[in-house]
Amino acid sequence: MRTRTLLFALLMAAMAISGFGQMPIFKRYYIADIPGMAWTADYYFTHMMHYAGGAILLALLGYAAVRLFAAAGRVTLSGWLRIGLWALIAVTGLARVTKNLPDMHLGPELTMAVDVTHLAAVMLLGLTALMARLLGRGEYLRVEE
Amino acid sequence: MSRKKSTISRRSFLRGAAIAGVGAPALARAGAQDAKGEELATLLDISKCVGCGACVVACGEANESRYPKPEKPFPEMFPPRVKVADWSDDRYVDDRLTPYNWLFVDNITVNHEGTEHEIHMPRRCMHCTNPPCANLCPWGAAAKKDDGAVVIDPDVCLGGSKCKSVCPWDIPQRQTGVGLYLDLLPRFAGNGVMFKCDRCQPRMAEGKLPACIEACPMQVQQIGPRSEIIAKAKALAAEMNGYIYGLEENGGTNTIYVSPVPFEKLEQARAKVAPSAGKKGKGKHASKGKNSGRPNLTQVGSPFEKEDMFAAAVFTAPVAGLAAGAIRLLRKTQSGHGEDS
Repeated sequence: MRTRTLLFALLMAAMAISGFGQMPIFKRYYIADIPGMAWTADYYFTHMMHYAGGAILLALLGYAAVRLFAAAGRVTLSGWLRIGLWALIAVTGLARVTKNLPDMHLGPELTMAVDVTHLAAVMLLGLTALMARLLGRGEYLRVEE
Repeated sequence: MSRKKSTISRRSFLRGAAIAGVGAPALARAGAQDAKGEELATLLDISKCVGCGACVVACGEANESRYPKPEKPFPEMFPPRVKVADWSDDRYVDDRLTPYNWLFVDNITVNHEGTEHEIHMPRRCMHCTNPPCANLCPWGAAAKKDDGAVVIDPDVCLGGSKCKSVCPWDIPQRQTGVGLYLDLLPRFAGNGVMFKCDRCQPRMAEGKLPACIEACPMQVQQIGPRSEIIAKAKALAAEMNGYIYGLEENGGTNTIYVSPVPFEKLEQARAKVAPSAGKKGKGKHASKGKNSGRPNLTQVGSPFEKEDMFAAAVFTAPVAGLAAGAIRLLRKTQSGHGEDS
C-alpha cells in the first residue's frame, strides 16, 4: 500500500471513530474500557479530533475538486456517485460547524436533518466505495486509451 | 423533603404574598421580554430569596402535563452496565433536579465576613449562550431557541445522557421507559429521555412569564434582553457589594445569579452537605455521586475555548485545498505549454 493511501485510510478511520464517538456508544459497549481507548468516551476530545480531521479532509477534497474539474469528462459513474456523497458530507459537516459557532444556531429540525444526512452520507459512501472496489470499478477517472 | 409534604404551606405563603400584592411588579414585566430581539436572560437576586419554594411548586404545576409517563416493565438493557433511571415512583422529590422536578431551591448556610448567611438559590438549567448539550447532541434533540432557552425535544431524545455528561452542572436528568428508543432498539440504543427546564416554552409562547418567575412573591427573578439583564446584574452586584455567577461560566449563560456571598464560599458550604436525595443513588437512578442533580457553583471555563480556532481551520481548509489544486493545475498547464514550445 502506498504511503499516501495508508495516510488517507488512517484519516478516514480517525474521522469514523471520532464521528461515531459523538454517539454515546463507546463507553456503553466497553470500548472505552480497553486500555488506551478511554479517549473514545471523551466527547470534547473526539469533537475536536473530528474538527481537526475535518480540516485536513476538506483541504484534500478542495485539492481533488480542482483536479476532477479539469478531468470532468473522464469521471466514471461510480466516481460521480461518490463525488456527490463527498459533497454532501462536506456541506453538512460545514453546516454543523457553523451551527456550533457562538451566536449561531440552526433550528432543531434543520439541525437534525443535517446530522442525519451527514451520518447517512458517510455510511452510503462507505458502502458505495466498498461495492465499487469489489466490482473492480474503484477508479474515479476512466483511464485514457 | 417531598413536594407533597410542603405544598400546602408554600401555597399558603404564596396566597398571602399575592394578597399583599408583592407579585404584581413581576407580572408587569411580562410584556417587555424580547423588545430588542436578542436572547432573553434571567437575573436571580438570591439575597431576596427566602426559600419558600413557591417557584418549585409553580414549576411543578405548570409542567406536570409534560412530565414523563413511563411504560413498565422497562426493556432489559444490554449491556447490563446500562442502568435504568426511574424517578416515576419518586416524582415528589424536590431537593434536587429530577425528570419530575426541573427546579429546586438549594439552601446553604455560610459564614462570610463574620456574618452567618442563609442563602437560598433556585437552581434550574443555566441556559448557556453556547450550550454544550445542544452543540454536542448527536441527534439534534437538544437545541437552543431564538429566545436563548435551551430545550430538549422529548419526541426525539434517545436518553443517551450525553447532554448530562457534557453539561458542567449535570443538569439534564434521565427517565427510562419513555421516548423514541422504545420504537427503535430498546435494548441496544438509548435509555429513555432527558428532561430539564426549558424556561416554560409553552407559557412563553403564550406571552406569559416562566412559572417560577411569575410565582415568586419576593421577586427574586426578572427576565429580559441579555444586555439589559447583564447591566442590571452588574449594578445590583455593585450596590450590594456582591458577586455574580453566570456571566462567564461555561462561556456565558442566560441565568445570572447575584449573591452577597462569594460563590466559592457557597460551593464549599454546599459541597459539604450531602443531599437527602443521595440515598437514592443505588443504581436505580444511576446517580454519578452524592451531588448528582444538584448543580455545583464552581467556576466553569468555556469548553469550546479552542473551538473558534478549529472552526476557522475547517472553514479555511477547503479554500486552501482549492488554491493548492489550482496552483498545481496552473503549473502543470504551464509546463505542458513549455514542453509543446
